Amino acid sequence: MKFAVIVFPGSNCDVDMYHAIKDELGEQVEYVWHDTESLDEFDGILLPGGFSYGDYLRTGAIARFSKVMQAVVKAAEAGKPILGVCNGFQILLEAGLLPGAMRRNESLSFICKPVELKVENNQTIFSTAYSLGETISIPVAHGEGNYYCDEETLAALKENNQIVFTYQDNPNGSLEDIAGIINEKGNVLGMMPHPERAVDELLGGADGLKLFQSIVRSWREANVVKA
Amino acid sequence: MLLKHEPSTEQVKTEKLYQQMGLSDEEFTLVENILGRTPNYTETGLFSVMWSEHCSYKNSKPVLKKFPITGEKVLQGPGEGAGIVDIGDEQAVVFKIESHNHPSAIEPYQGAATGVGGIIRDIFSMGARPIALLNSLRFGELDESARVRYLFKEVVAGIAGYGNCIGIPTVGGEIQFDASYDGNPLVNAMCVGLIDHKDIKKGLAQGVGNTVMYVGAKTGRDGIHGATFASEELTDQSDENRPAVQVGDPFMEKLLLEACLELIQSDALVGIQDMGAAGLTSSSAEMASKAGMGIEMNLDLVPQRETGMTAYEMMLSESQERMLIVVTKGREQEIKDLFTKYDLEAVAIGTVTDDKKLRLLQHGEVVADVPVDALAEDAPVYHKPSKVPAYYEEFQAMEQEIPQVSDLKETLLQLLSQPTIASKEWVYNQYDYMVRTNTVVSPGSDAAVVRIRGTRKALAMTTDCNSRYVYLDPEVGGKIAVAEAARNIVCSGAEPLAITDNLNFGNPEKPEVFWQIEKSADGISEACRVLGTPVIGGNVSLYNETNGTAIYPTPVIGMVGLVTDLNHITTQNFKNNGDLIYLVGETKDEFGGSELQKLIHGKVFGKAPELNIDVEKTNQDHVLTAIRAGVVQSAHDLSEGGLGVAVAESLFTNEQLGAEISIEGNLVSALFSETQSRFLLTVKKEHQTEFESLVAAKLIGEVNNTAALKVKAENNTVLEASVNQLKDAWKGAIPCLLKSRD
Repeated sequence: MKFAVIVFPGSNCDVDMYHAIKDELGEQVEYVWHDTESLDEFDGILLPGGFSYGDYLRTGAIARFSKVMQAVVKAAEAGKPILGVCNGFQILLEAGLLPGAMRRNESLSFICKPVELKVENNQTIFSTAYSLGETISIPVAHGEGNYYCDEETLAALKENNQIVFTYQDNPNGSLEDIAGIINEKGNVLGMMPHPERAVDELLGGADGLKLFQSIVRSWREANVVKA
Repeated sequence: MLLKHEPSTEQVKTEKLYQQMGLSDEEFTLVENILGRTPNYTETGLFSVMWSEHCSYKNSKPVLKKFPITGEKVLQGPGEGAGIVDIGDEQAVVFKIESHNHPSAIEPYQGAATGVGGIIRDIFSMGARPIALLNSLRFGELDESARVRYLFKEVVAGIAGYGNCIGIPTVGGEIQFDASYDGNPLVNAMCVGLIDHKDIKKGLAQGVGNTVMYVGAKTGRDGIHGATFASEELTDQSDENRPAVQVGDPFMEKLLLEACLELIQSDALVGIQDMGAAGLTSSSAEMASKAGMGIEMNLDLVPQRETGMTAYEMMLSESQERMLIVVTKGREQEIKDLFTKYDLEAVAIGTVTDDKKLRLLQHGEVVADVPVDALAEDAPVYHKPSKVPAYYEEFQAMEQEIPQVSDLKETLLQLLSQPTIASKEWVYNQYDYMVRTNTVVSPGSDAAVVRIRGTRKALAMTTDCNSRYVYLDPEVGGKIAVAEAARNIVCSGAEPLAITDNLNFGNPEKPEVFWQIEKSADGISEACRVLGTPVIGGNVSLYNETNGTAIYPTPVIGMVGLVTDLNHITTQNFKNNGDLIYLVGETKDEFGGSELQKLIHGKVFGKAPELNIDVEKTNQDHVLTAIRAGVVQSAHDLSEGGLGVAVAESLFTNEQLGAEISIEGNLVSALFSETQSRFLLTVKKEHQTEFESLVAAKLIGEVNNTAALKVKAENNTVLEASVNQLKDAWKGAIPCLLKSRD
């Protein structure tokens, strides 16, 4: 499986994402510059964390106009797995690929620490390697991770089982402890915690690795086995 | 000094305008003699910033000469953007610490943020990839004033704002609180980078006819005379200097960083230097002077953020996120293309000449023409008078006194909640300490450890200085600062490599302050020689005084060590039920400058703890040998609050564990004395024999699963507390101090 790590001006978790895929997951991966027009050669798209365009205006608000985002939308429509982590999640929200918006953390401070997440849905292509209700430890590192959406959207998220991860001890004030959501179609996941930072026991834990393994497993089942 | 109509050359002299820029009458006469004429306004400005203490070290040079600066692993000592040390496999570590004290006192968020931005540029201008940030901070007492709490919160936010955005992990540091820093906080930022030997670049303007290019952010009127401002005392009027504080843009610097690291790989690059203090002036003059060349620049070509800027303003601006580079003539376009990829400008503004002059043109006229060596090398050097302060003689005459303590448990709880000892989680949870996913040991440990991807190696790093000891006895305190840094490095399983130092002191024109500088430099030098850690660079910050009162002398030591195998990485927390607890080093009755003395008396006095540097070296060697042999489960150095605090801190990670230790002699000394050269280690029982053959240590207890700390003396329990109770005191103190009052 071949992954693209999209690099926006100001992305800074691109390296972490790249190494998680290459060194720990053992799949193919390439950095893709933000002015790239086509993502056709890639099977999975990863939007990394960081401060694209310095978070100016609003987090993700400028990056979503990057040339590459048209290709990301196209890939999403084609059903390819798309994962946005932290700033990547914020960009997906701004691009309208996921519903809702991000507010500043309740504390008004940046927060970086490992947090415990509950797996709310293990039937997505990103979460099959987890068990339902499992508690996993994944770090957060953000200033604006306080997820919000209106009641109607929230009801739909619940109805469609789109809430994939929730915080056990909410670090940022997000609505209903939401840490990560998926689109209705089930191929675009946005999450504030950083699974790519939790792929190596040496650095404190590897609970994030299963997320990437889930993606590969689902992709193999859909593509390789049939072929 | 932002004048619309620039004063004439005559006015500079007759109205003594050079004095406002920080030049003395004698220095101005010296400039006249060098030039053979009176300098114009712009030229006077060039000399005033380049001859400021910040750029020229004119007051500290005689002291800095004392430091050992060479070693077989030192690839680059002081004099470039940062020092470089070999770590094998054609790799090297690059690091430096720098202060941003005065700007942070006036505008704490931007002052701290641009301090971080500046030190990062020093690292990547050497060609290195910055891999970690640390800091060393000093504030007044948190419970004393809202202003101190404001400075503390904003400095932390500024460091976080810059470091998090640019994506370099802030992995460690230290913070102390004392009334002497009330109006003059210290903000020292350290950056560590990694480089392949072949990529090492220097700030040299070589090759006549080569092109001088300006890259990065545009020049504005911010930070004019920042270096001069940094070389004066703070007063109640310092707020008027707010324009001398720069504003940072970490996004711009992230682009500049990536572009410059790509540039380093180009053979068109001849030299590169950060435009830091004294901006365009220092970068051009120093690059030319070091290469034995001159530089001619057309200031009309300098990218400008504001209109109508004078030559004086452009040359003295300290606008951030700028670099000056020299490239091979004829290859300017490929450099421009490289920067365009990152949405950055690269503009040719001048050429390298062979006349050793810095010549500036504006609107078709020569606006400055001065010898580069005169700017960069010929600043006068002052040998300041020094005098033993009366307080020191008074303290030395005092007998060591053991403080009276009635309740050991209550005392331990109080010590754990002193801001200097208490958990700094409130601070470091605002820093992204994990980005780049190499941080093996996170903040809150003796030293942070960052692995080197693709190898079995890692780097341990720490900042340290107990300024109370330095105040009581600058020479011993200086030694202790280096020794404690090395102890932290050793505890993490690394071999100390070298140091960078940040000498924060008061006004050197006061003989008592100069004496503190001299003596602490003696102490640092001796410790560095014995511990084998040369000084590879650093920074001097003098005039840290508010309305005439100096800070505690604070020579901060930034140290980096090498972990030769990831298996050696060791942390301070106790690991397993049943492990044996050992104390390395003798304990004496030493409370001068201790946390307990401060707690009980509200001030520090008497003699600083002794330090026998040979004993220190032996103990460190033994501990590192045992760690490398794989027989040490945890290692923690004993520092503020002594054994009691060290044992408690070792219990805070794994909440199921507890410990029982036995102490003897005077119980207060046994638990809270701050005698140096001591370590707390735990060892698996199966390793007892091997461990004891490697380290001279005293078995004092055992780790258990009671989730409580019990201390016994002569079979009586003298202290018993649950780990939760201890941890609550330690963890809650700083958030509580910040919350309850604002």
